[in-house]
Amino acid sequence: MKNTYPELDKILAKFQDKKGALIPLLQEVQKEKGYLSRETMQYLADKMKIPPAEIFGVATFYSMFRLKPQGKHLIRVCKGTACHVSNADGIKKAVMDALQLSEEENTTADMQFTVMEVACLGCCSLAPVIMIDSKTYGKLVPEAIPAVLKQYEIEDTL
Amino acid sequence: MNNIIVKVGLASCGVAAGAKEVYAALEQYLEDNPRPVILKKTACIGMCFEEPIVEFEGSELGSIHIGKANPETITYILEDYIAGKTPAENIILAEKISGKHNALLANQQRIVLRNCGIIDPECIEDYEAGDGYKALQKALQMERTAIIEEIKKSGLRGRGGAGFPTGLKWQFCASENSDKKYIICNADEGDPGAFMDRSTLEGDPHSVIEGMIIGAYAIGANEGYIYCRAEYPMALEHLKTAISAAEEKGYLGKNILGSSFSFDLHIKEGAGAFVCGEETALMQSIEGKRGMPTLRPPYPAVKGLWGKPTNINNVETWANIPWIIMHGAQEFRKYGTEKSPGTKVFALAGKIAGSGLIEVPMGIPLKDIIYKVGGGMKTSKPFKAVQMGGPSGGCIPAEKLDTIVDYDSITATGAIMGSGGMVVMDSGTCMVDVARFFLNFTQNESCGKCTFCRIGTKRMLEILTRITEGKGELQDIEKLEELAVNIIKGSLCGLGQTAPNPVLTTLRYFKDEYLAHIVDKHCPAGVCNALITYKINPEKCIGCTLCARKCPVSCISGQVKQVHTIDQSKCTKCGTCFQVCKFDAVTKE
Repeated sequence: MKNTYPELDKILAKFQDKKGALIPLLQEVQKEKGYLSRETMQYLADKMKIPPAEIFGVATFYSMFRLKPQGKHLIRVCKGTACHVSNADGIKKAVMDALQLSEEENTTADMQFTVMEVACLGCCSLAPVIMIDSKTYGKLVPEAIPAVLKQYEIEDTL
Repeated sequence: MNNIIVKVGLASCGVAAGAKEVYAALEQYLEDNPRPVILKKTACIGMCFEEPIVEFEGSELGSIHIGKANPETITYILEDYIAGKTPAENIILAEKISGKHNALLANQQRIVLRNCGIIDPECIEDYEAGDGYKALQKALQMERTAIIEEIKKSGLRGRGGAGFPTGLKWQFCASENSDKKYIICNADEGDPGAFMDRSTLEGDPHSVIEGMIIGAYAIGANEGYIYCRAEYPMALEHLKTAISAAEEKGYLGKNILGSSFSFDLHIKEGAGAFVCGEETALMQSIEGKRGMPTLRPPYPAVKGLWGKPTNINNVETWANIPWIIMHGAQEFRKYGTEKSPGTKVFALAGKIAGSGLIEVPMGIPLKDIIYKVGGGMKTSKPFKAVQMGGPSGGCIPAEKLDTIVDYDSITATGAIMGSGGMVVMDSGTCMVDVARFFLNFTQNESCGKCTFCRIGTKRMLEILTRITEGKGELQDIEKLEELAVNIIKGSLCGLGQTAPNPVLTTLRYFKDEYLAHIVDKHCPAGVCNALITYKINPEKCIGCTLCARKCPVSCISGQVKQVHTIDQSKCTKCGTCFQVCKFDAVTKE
């Protein structure tokens, strides 16, 4: 039997007949599913009657789309110019060290945290900045990172 | 007695600094202790370095802005203000008495930011109270060609960076014959270190919307898009609120203000691609495709979104429009220079004391921006360069600080005006590292369509990385210059055509730093890890053992109260000893 995804059908219905809807549609699908799996993209392509390559092409072009599952908390390390000249590299290293991630990994084994670099969060006056989920932490020093992350670990065990 | 008005700045910068907690404290306090006070929300007045900021007005003390407000003391300040006592706290701006930063604001001229940090951006009535939507009423009484003429006369140039005359752009699109035309607001502010558009959209979304409606009327478009970065959730939220309020009031939608003109405005969220700031790529993205630039001509004015004539301007350009229509082109020309009239918004960041948002008349010298408006350097380290124009721009050195701010003078330095990011750098910034940083950015963001941009930037990045690792060779400089010329020639869009600028300007003004890396294997700023040696100064070391205890690889040895030494063969150059030493005994060479 063919897989059905009622939650995806709902989103598809919402964008039906709207021009240029692929990006907002994928954004919404990602919000629902957490990431865009191969299976999801194939399903959407079949339903929309477009080649899967078109969806895959868009999904890989824009940095916001994720092709792998991500951790519960998303840590965005700002690598904008102001942060760069204020030791963003040191902040990134402190985050990776605190989460015991190697350079190649970006999600912790327990699926609690995903770390990504972003071009600029637009809070340059608070540089260096990281954003965890939707909360911004500014004027950081590498030594402050473990305490910031600890809050989330404690929260999660409650 | 009049009501006292208390406004809390709740833009992204304020919220990140804790403004929500300050607002909640005031709200709770006023609930428990009723006072003749109206508590309001506003956005960013531009002094991000003093956030959270709270403004009090309505008593005989006049308006007072308190900086670095905190939830514990803000209620005492409120009581002082109500009692007519000057608060003892951090007064940053004041109407009648002296505020710490009164002078910084006095050197500005606010047209685009006229409402930012003053009105509640989510309240259309606040915007209307300050002449909001009056320019639209005026424009609807004017001939369409007269509006375009007025904008042309004003000399307004595109604030997105390239500086193309706005009126002329409008005229091209208006003169096209088509059943359907579009207008677009480019709010895909992607330059790292720039946040002008975010602040404008968060603080005064209606000024942009009103500008777009006037533009649409003049050009004859009945549908428009605002393409905004998804990384700006608050800007998006304020835009959505503003659009539905404007629809309700009849400024948007069918038969605007009883006229025959109809206009619908949509928001499109970006999905994270810097190249989408380029107009043809942006339109591809709105159409739901990969945002890759297309060949021009045909220009968007002829064949743009969905093949129809389209006019694109950026946020700041649109926000200027209502002011120009309201006050006239002549009034606008009173500010700025002959070829670059008006004002420009800049986002100051980096090693500057007053980081935040400013708006100054064009023609102001760079040094005045840094020292008179930006408050000078953040630390005692001396000024080295100011980076303008982000990854498309360049670094302007100290000896060029007399340069005035207008499109042509900035271009002559090798940088570009850009959209308004200004990152100030001091002697602790390595210029080769900055060049590498920008190339890394453009290399990542290159869409890959043009070979020179895709592979050329990669090769430049490899060379720069090699230099910062101490593996550079003298002929690398020539190679960089050759690649730069070819990338500029061989790229379709602005991203590639300007990508080499950060390298070219640093080579032009800071060649000695490149040579120090290549020949002497030394990083004068002490940034490039591979070229640094940490040493302990025997005259300053008191043998406290702190560095030895903190060293993650245990490469520091020494007895208590005796001079310590670093084993260079084991040192990983992590810099921990340098950071922890309380006696400045660890040096970086």
